[in-house]
Amino acid sequence: MKIKGIAIMAFLVAGLFAANMAWAGKIVIKGSTTVLPIAQKVAEAYMKQNPDIKISISGGGSGNGIKALIDGSTDIADSSRFIKGKEIKLALKKGAYPVPFAVAYDCIVPVVHPSNSIVNITMAQLKDIYMGKIKNWKELGGPDRPVVVISRDTSSGTYEVWSKKVMAKKRVYPGALLQASNGTIVQTVSKNKNAIGYIGIGYMNKDVKPLMVNRIVGSAATTLNGTYPISRPLFMFTPGWPKGDVLNFINFVINPNKGQKYVAEAGFVPLY
Amino acid sequence: MEKGSKKGKSRRGRERAIRFVFFGVALASIATLGLIALFLFVEGLPILGKVSVTDFVFGKFWYPTDEPPDFGIFPLIMGSVCVTAVSSVISIPLGVMTALYLAECASARGREWVKPIVELLASLPSVVIGFFGMVIVAPFLQEILDIPTGLNLFNASLMLAFMSIPTICSLSEDAIFSVPTELKEASLALGATHWETIARVILPASISGISTAVILGMSRAMGETMVVLMVAGGAAMIPTSLFDPVRPMPASIAAEMAEAPFQGDHYYALFAIAIVLFLFTLAFNLVAEHISNKYRQVGAATL
Repeated sequence: MKIKGIAIMAFLVAGLFAANMAWAGKIVIKGSTTVLPIAQKVAEAYMKQNPDIKISISGGGSGNGIKALIDGSTDIADSSRFIKGKEIKLALKKGAYPVPFAVAYDCIVPVVHPSNSIVNITMAQLKDIYMGKIKNWKELGGPDRPVVVISRDTSSGTYEVWSKKVMAKKRVYPGALLQASNGTIVQTVSKNKNAIGYIGIGYMNKDVKPLMVNRIVGSAATTLNGTYPISRPLFMFTPGWPKGDVLNFINFVINPNKGQKYVAEAGFVPLY
Repeated sequence: MEKGSKKGKSRRGRERAIRFVFFGVALASIATLGLIALFLFVEGLPILGKVSVTDFVFGKFWYPTDEPPDFGIFPLIMGSVCVTAVSSVISIPLGVMTALYLAECASARGREWVKPIVELLASLPSVVIGFFGMVIVAPFLQEILDIPTGLNLFNASLMLAFMSIPTICSLSEDAIFSVPTELKEASLALGATHWETIARVILPASISGISTAVILGMSRAMGETMVVLMVAGGAAMIPTSLFDPVRPMPASIAAEMAEAPFQGDHYYALFAIAIVLFLFTLAFNLVAEHISNKYRQVGAATL
């Protein structure tokens, strides 16, 4: 009995260790909810072409993805931001060397309620709105209504880009309503004619109205030629240089005729 | 019994075994709570190396991801306190009065109808209530009251009141129901009307049970996460009006935990918020326990 018990324990422990390494035929992807729709579409197509590979994908945020990469519980970490210095140090301590792959571009667009008459906004105005300096739409030539500022949670990747590109390191004022996802921002803005929010271009729908920024429409073309000011690359990180199945998958993702087709389908901006 | 036949011995043995099993089961839940508390403190206390307790609890700015970050949770605490207070103002009268109606006034048929409906309210998932508040109540409030946003303190309190009414109502009803009939009959026999009996005899006799119910209802409102995450608006500021957006503690934890770098300062700070929340609800429960012990109604004589 005892020996049997020990054998089972040993087997379980071995199983735990094995789960840390990539199983042949199985790829685990975790991380950013922004990258999630891309990963899902691409993985679906990949599994259709390679039926012996199983890909399991979960969201949870860029931070969680990188966390999973560091503790070895994922093969690929999706992230809507570059890895932070602290995270790299932690990863190296645990023996994982994170390798970044840019897989797509995201373009973040300010949105308002469809009834709002404003069509264009400058970066300076956006900054003033989010600092709580502009409090009424009439200051921008719109109707006499209060501005309700909607932002993302301070720990989201989208907020980080917003704070870097628009706020220039100034703080979003405490009165801003913070929402936990792109979806809830669309929901909130579409229900409130005073609201302004910002979302990834992939989440754009007809319930909200996109604004031009500095007279430039946020689109694939303006993101790739660098004229649209609020855009960012999206990444997949692997622990160490990818091998085997993971390498094949990454190659598939960045191939312009394969994975990148689905990037566009998911509503993001492909690399090429 | 002293000598005990063989059969008696084995019965006693079984008795002891059963007692042991039940002790173990009871211990398991206590141990779980202990481990959770331990884990909270282990993961939350390191933040005190970065900010002092006063700066953490009374700091006015919550910017956990800035460089340098600000970890002041006073606006979050105020958010939680205000939301709980306003929701109690709504839920206590409604809950207690519903309980009084059910226990004292309702006909058997009325009781049969109202009670299951109130209990059904308790089984509604909080995300459903949150969604209702976000999609239906928020635009409605905004339209009717002409306020900047419907996602605010008042809306969240209203939704939380829905959630604590069933708790307050069913616990209060038990308390009112357990008031001895002699008391009621004596009061009526002395010529008091039904209303006088309710106000002067039944309510004072069941006040400890009702207070316990109210406090447990409030602690539910304070700890509720999904509703405040969806409906409260999420602005980390100290509210100055009933219609300001707020960001109660549970909403902050739920919204930020997923993206906080593992074992970074932000992560520790979120756990420290959880400690504060834990202390708040613990205090609520201790007060409830204290009241129900101190003013316990024992028979008809203690009134």
